[in-house]
Amino acid sequence: MMPDLGPYAGPVIWAYVASIGLILVLVLASWRRAVRIRRALEKAEGQSRG
Amino acid sequence: MKALILRDLRLAIRAGGGFGLGLAFFLIVIVLVPFGVGPEAAVLRRIAPGILWVAALLAALLSLDRIFALDHEDGSLPLLATAPLPLESVALAKAIAHWITTGLPLTLAAPGLGFLLNLSPAAYPWLFGGLALGTPALSLIGTFGAALTVGLRRGGLLLSLLVLPLYVPILIFGAEAARRGGDGLEATVPLVFLGGIALGTLALMPFAAALVLRINLR
Amino acid sequence: MSIWEYANPKKFVETTTPLLPWTFGLSGLCLVGGLIWGFFFTPDDYRQGATVKIIYLHVPSALMAINAWLMMLVASLIWLVRRHHVSALAARAAAPVGVTMTLVALVTGAIWGQPMWGTWWAWDPRLTSFLILFLFYLGYMALWEAIADPDTAADLTSVLCIVGSVFALLSRYAVNFWNQGLHQGASLSLDAEKNVADIFYYPLLACIAGFVLLFIALVLMRTRTEIRVRRIRALELRARRAEART
Repeated sequence: MMPDLGPYAGPVIWAYVASIGLILVLVLASWRRAVRIRRALEKAEGQSRG
Repeated sequence: MKALILRDLRLAIRAGGGFGLGLAFFLIVIVLVPFGVGPEAAVLRRIAPGILWVAALLAALLSLDRIFALDHEDGSLPLLATAPLPLESVALAKAIAHWITTGLPLTLAAPGLGFLLNLSPAAYPWLFGGLALGTPALSLIGTFGAALTVGLRRGGLLLSLLVLPLYVPILIFGAEAARRGGDGLEATVPLVFLGGIALGTLALMPFAAALVLRINLR
Repeated sequence: MSIWEYANPKKFVETTTPLLPWTFGLSGLCLVGGLIWGFFFTPDDYRQGATVKIIYLHVPSALMAINAWLMMLVASLIWLVRRHHVSALAARAAAPVGVTMTLVALVTGAIWGQPMWGTWWAWDPRLTSFLILFLFYLGYMALWEAIADPDTAADLTSVLCIVGSVFALLSRYAVNFWNQGLHQGASLSLDAEKNVADIFYYPLLACIAGFVLLFIALVLMRTRTEIRVRRIRALELRARRAEART
């Protein structure tokens, strides 16, 4: 299933791992901040109405 | 405008250092380099143009946050903004004062210090010409950067982060001119580019700096 | 119905709420599909061997690194001219995405360069230009963080973006000029657009589409977050003022 990467297995794998890793960090960090801020806004709006 | 330049120069001298400080820093960096890379003459000759230019850049950078700092501290910045002199001219005057205290001494001193790094003899005029064209641009860009960070605590570090990438083209063309001239190659092209950048920054940076000052003074 | 209607923060959030999951989903589809296609189902390059597979990450991320900055430039201009807060916030939101793309381009470029050039880092004009772009992104983000007043920060960062763009372009030419002496007629170019055969081209397109959609999705999500942060600050300010009056 895995293609024969020959002598370049190391670089190719590392390139994919690093890139996907960086992108995942960005997506997860953005998402977590979005959720946190949305909850904070709901709380602030609840307080301002109450 | 002349009055403003003279005032800034007087302040720079009175605040201690003035002309001397930038020059002393320049000298120290140049002296430091052989300790870092070893005293081998051939190596030094090859890196001399670059080191001289990087040292000039750093020396120019160090005094940037003082450009507007004194005026901001004593509250005269808003006064300058509402003075009959247009803010663009104020920015230009500040840049000129900075150049006279930093860029000009550097340009004059660099050929005298090149021998410390075994600079190739043919490179001297190209180094001088490059610095003469480049250091005004450094002052103009630096004034824009100083206007962006005026009044910020720890503004000096942020100023360096913002201004150094803007300095890269000047560094590249300046060092290339000195390097190629030193190798006896044709070196007018980078010098022409430097001239272009100098003219461009002279035309645009005062406006950009004035715009940013107005934003900060709101 | 003009596009400027969406400059209204509330309308922006309302409109993008149903769009967001679809954009993420489509992006994931293109990315996963494109990468699997390229990784498992394309042959090796006769010169570069299996490292050609890095192209599916390197080229799209490099494209997005540039396009993110261009989007920030347009958004900055719109803010300075029309004062739409959504525009300024969108520029701020795009910066971390752009910097990540630049980092991915740099890392994949360096990793690709190692077996090809025998060195972990080469001052190749392209890589060097991206390194400078990386520094511009950092400066932009640092300035946003440093200024207390949001509107002043938006103004200053917009001017920085515009001035930075001019110098970034200048740097690109300077760096090309600078590198001439070292790698005259580089034998190997990472510029894959020139020598990309059909068989690599279609998976590459899929990956590019995936990256573009990912950028859009992330910027939408982050802009919504920034809009909410702004609203929270406004509510807190109002609450503090009400307290002060009593």
